[in-house]
Amino acid sequence: MAFDVRLKINDKVATIELKGELDASTAGEFHDTVGRAAGAGAVELVIHAEQLGYLSSAGLRSLVFARQKMGDEVRIAIVGATDPVAQTIRLAGFDHSIELVDA
Amino acid sequence: MSTPDMRERIDAFPTHRIGPYRVRAGRPFPYGATPVPGGVNFSVYSDGATTMSLVLFERGGTRPSAELEFPLEFRIGSVYAMTVFGLDAENLEYGFRAAGPYAPEHGDRFDAGKVLSDPYARLISGREVWGREPDWDNVYHYRAQVLNDDFDWDGDRPLRIPAEDLVIYETHVRGFTRHPSSKVSAPGTYAGMREKIPYLRELGVNCLELLPVFEFDELDNPRTDPATGERLYNYWGYNTVSFFAPKAGYAATGPFGMQADEFKSLVKELHRAGIEVVLDVVFNHTAEGNEQGPTISFRGLDNATYYMLTPRGEYYNFSGTGNTVNCNHPVVRDFVLSCLRHWVAEYHIDGFRFDLAAILDRAPDGTPLPNPPLLEQLAHDPILRHTKLIAEAWDAAGLYQVGNFPNYGRWSEWNGKYRDTVRRFVKGEPGLVGELATRMAGSPDLYQGRTSSASVNFITAHDGFTLADLVSYNDKHNEANGEDNNDGANDNNSWNCGEEGPSASPHVRELRMRQMKNLLTILLTSQGIPMILAGDEVGRTQLGNNNTYCQDNELSWFDWGLVEANAGLLHFTQALIAFRHAHPVLRSSDHPSGTDRVGSGYPDISWHGVRAWAPDWADHGRVLAMMRCGRHAKGGSVADDHVYIAVNAHWEAHDLELPALPEGQRWHLFADTATAVHPLGAEPELQHPGRFHLGAHSAVVLVGRAAQQTTA
Repeated sequence: MAFDVRLKINDKVATIELKGELDASTAGEFHDTVGRAAGAGAVELVIHAEQLGYLSSAGLRSLVFARQKMGDEVRIAIVGATDPVAQTIRLAGFDHSIELVDA
Repeated sequence: MSTPDMRERIDAFPTHRIGPYRVRAGRPFPYGATPVPGGVNFSVYSDGATTMSLVLFERGGTRPSAELEFPLEFRIGSVYAMTVFGLDAENLEYGFRAAGPYAPEHGDRFDAGKVLSDPYARLISGREVWGREPDWDNVYHYRAQVLNDDFDWDGDRPLRIPAEDLVIYETHVRGFTRHPSSKVSAPGTYAGMREKIPYLRELGVNCLELLPVFEFDELDNPRTDPATGERLYNYWGYNTVSFFAPKAGYAATGPFGMQADEFKSLVKELHRAGIEVVLDVVFNHTAEGNEQGPTISFRGLDNATYYMLTPRGEYYNFSGTGNTVNCNHPVVRDFVLSCLRHWVAEYHIDGFRFDLAAILDRAPDGTPLPNPPLLEQLAHDPILRHTKLIAEAWDAAGLYQVGNFPNYGRWSEWNGKYRDTVRRFVKGEPGLVGELATRMAGSPDLYQGRTSSASVNFITAHDGFTLADLVSYNDKHNEANGEDNNDGANDNNSWNCGEEGPSASPHVRELRMRQMKNLLTILLTSQGIPMILAGDEVGRTQLGNNNTYCQDNELSWFDWGLVEANAGLLHFTQALIAFRHAHPVLRSSDHPSGTDRVGSGYPDISWHGVRAWAPDWADHGRVLAMMRCGRHAKGGSVADDHVYIAVNAHWEAHDLELPALPEGQRWHLFADTATAVHPLGAEPELQHPGRFHLGAHSAVVLVGRAAQQTTA
């Protein structure tokens, strides 16, 4: 599946929909999108990952970037991550700074 | 005023082109590979090389994708530095190729046929999955990678627990959760260990000491188990390949290259749980071994700098493993210091235990230095200012410095004399009452003029018998190591309690349990820093193997089934640790003087035998009691109860006369290793206030306080 990232902002809640594979080649696009969400002053970031098939180390690092870009006070939730993706996030310890939510 | 975009700075533009790569002269410091705006800065030291090349691979590639020879003008002194622009750092593996003389008699062992790993690499690939057989024909095995330091520490700060308040728990990242009974989501990993933090909290330890986590090769052991034919490993990891890189095979996310983050997450969560992290570090030798060993990094970059060499260019072997790092060479001192700073600054590590640390004070020719510059430098380094420094104060060539390791007021030592004395006393050897008293008082004979936390007290460690085996075996049983039982220590001071190995006898089993509790009681009531070997609190056995360095199996792994099977021993240990935390009188930093310095009417420490105030120092004596006056706790700065500990290593019971307490106070029973342990604050008052019947091979801990406080 080709990578696709879409951003919607509604009442200070930013929603990002991810599709495909988040890796070194696609992380830049994701970073730009997170930057737009932060620039819009979002107080919550919801990342829909139901259709995210794979998360590479660069993808994981993108989540670190999102945490740092949005700031500590912004809640970041990843919704509907598949088991492998959620497991990768947990093992790296990122589930403490980013909330994993079932779809 | 806005911050200028770093990419627009003049130093962010290439000045040269090497093939398709745009480069410029790099910054010599820091060594290694460092992301810079638009590129990666590479820096490497070699004094004797004639040419140096940067060798680039696409991640996992079998052949180099490029080799960039450092232009001569990129060399400053003996440092080659180059910034390469436009690299995909995420997908990059790199090494160096150094050409120079091969003249071992002069110390040079350059080999331009090898791709060398960066000694300062902060990430290594090639061994990402523990035990997975690599392609041995690969031209480059331990592949340096670029690390992004963007971990979110979330406000983590050093705990700075006073050294005298520590209870250290020594364990192995893989062994702690690899056993199927661990029930963690990623057995044998940093992430798995993180899931066991609640267990550590309940146990009460506040410092985790990890066996080596610097990248090593578990597959470098050529031996097999003679009985099963199965391969043996280098399980413990005392064969460092890369000193700045966390072991990828210990990370569930190693295949993603996320081992640094996973390990940092473990440290962060341990800190949140109030637990410090000490790393067991091995600077005395490297995985390159002797003349027959592999050329991985140092040997090919500057053999004569990094290793101690004889006048004929052979390797000195003070480590027993083939080579010895030239720790007091100025370049190597800088390497060691940079490495430790890296682990403190980047990984928030709280302290280090130095394997065979006596080597760190040897001169390049092996002579012990009276004022070794490396040790002094570590003691006073600004970044390491508050880290714990613990020496294993001996080496494999007979330099034994327990009690006189150059310490600069900072270093602690593994107290091997404590271990031997306590073992020998508890097994029932005569003539040890006096020495046991000295050890329990913090070994002031060894550490006069230093704080009592100079002594790290231990009875067992990874190297040697476990606690359960110490009371179950007279002899080591290392046949599975494939060395005809010739490896491992012979002087174990162990006693099998009447039967060698597992026993069906209730009497033997009960005696062993009591002996384990006796040993733990002494350990956790002695002055100094106690260290517990992981699993001893649940009676973990290695079936008599006292050198499981190569055993990656149930022999080494923590069997979590023992938590239930030996719940009584676990509960006893938990209670003892809690008792130590609750009684600062056991944790003073000053050595006790045996006098009354606060006007309490009691000396800070007093010794007793079967009769109060009459210790039996005679050769045949096997009973010792120690009373600590609570008014002297922490130099009299905090209030505490009186604490009385008696140990009977005799095969007969004794009726002890107890020292009298201040008016209105009574002795209460905290623990009797032959009977029970009671909850803190609910210790029952003794029925006979002045006497205690102490069984054979038993120990008792009493606490003295006002009678009306008793709840039981």
